Amino acid sequence: MSEEFKIEIVNPEKSFLVKEDVVEVVVPAFEGEMGILKDHISIISFLKPGIIKVFSKSGDENYYVEDGIIEFKNNNLSILTSTIISVADLDKSKQGDLLKKAESEASKSEISDQAKYLADQKVEVLRSIN
Amino acid sequence: MASLDDLKKRIASVKSTQKITKAMKMVAAAKLRRAQESAERGRPYSDKMNNIILNLSNGISDKENAPKLLSGTGENKVHLCVVMTSDRGLCGGFNSNIIKKAKSYFSKILNEGKQLKIITVGSKGNDQLKRVYGDKIIENISFKESKNANYFDAGKVGRIIIEKFEAGEFDICTIFYNQFKNVITQLPQAQQIIPLNNEEDHNNSDESYEFEPDEDEILSNLLPKNISTQIFKAMLENSASEQGSRMSAMDNATRNAGEMVDKLTIEYNRSRQAAITKELIEIISGAESL
Repeated sequence: MSEEFKIEIVNPEKSFLVKEDVVEVVVPAFEGEMGILKDHISIISFLKPGIIKVFSKSGDENYYVEDGIIEFKNNNLSILTSTIISVADLDKSKQGDLLKKAESEASKSEISDQAKYLADQKVEVLRSIN
Repeated sequence: MASLDDLKKRIASVKSTQKITKAMKMVAAAKLRRAQESAERGRPYSDKMNNIILNLSNGISDKENAPKLLSGTGENKVHLCVVMTSDRGLCGGFNSNIIKKAKSYFSKILNEGKQLKIITVGSKGNDQLKRVYGDKIIENISFKESKNANYFDAGKVGRIIIEKFEAGEFDICTIFYNQFKNVITQLPQAQQIIPLNNEEDHNNSDESYEFEPDEDEILSNLLPKNISTQIFKAMLENSASEQGSRMSAMDNATRNAGEMVDKLTIEYNRSRQAAITKELIEIISGAESL
């Protein structure tokens, strides 16, 4: 029996990635990282800033996301996100820009605890990519 | 009768207008293709979002404490209408169709004795509405600088709406936009986004999901995003409709200009011949009288 399932990542502008031969996906869910294999129970969750790791027969890929929702059903994984960048495309300057933006966001004083936590997460993840 | 010189000038001016409308039509056609593509590419996101929310609201345990964005404030007094139009004119009935739809909705609400608040997106809508409903317009947003509809702008509009909702400024929110059907037909739409209208509750609710964290928390996180998504969808549909509408309007204008040039040319030739005939008659009758 094959161990593969389908993944679809969409952002508001387009369908970002569709793959049929995925073996495992690790997503940064809100309450901790979550690995999804075939025949996972149907689940809905949302994401915090982090790295989505996609392991497939045709190669592994990493994506940086800032937010999103995932839905897994009948071996179909849908990820909706407004900001997604492939780590391979994330060069030094782009990463620096994002990091600067996240840092300034995190240093704002008037934001709520949750927003602060999310901004801190962004900073941490972006630093760790190096 | 206009003199030959006048006719000549008019023909030239109609011809140059025709050139402009022809160019505008080509530009609109090129933009239309892009706008249509992005409208089509944007659909999976909003469809999936809708689907997830539907599943979530079916699974929600405690309907009483459901987030207000989903269930509404329980009142029906203050209506907020978001009228989305274009920033540019010369696009046929595009803007007036939305305004017409919106105006009939406004008068319905006002007749029922409810309070009305309006947000206009796009300057053309604001221009047309401010004469009659000027005191009702609480905000006017325009994205003249951004070339294409983008999610960032939609997020801005969404945030404004949610802020106002949380401040208790309105109970029900409806957005007005043109849905793109094809180049000739655009359907003005009124879509209620707060509270969410779950009329099509045909979903297979026996589908059980695991939620992490719980439903309420996901919903309260998801619903604001859904507002922005719906607005974004409306913006994409609108921009495709705008270009389609402009294209057909400019096509008509080009054709009309062509007809006008033909008519004027005939008139020009006739009066030229008439002038020649007149001169001949004068010469002949002059010669005869000698």
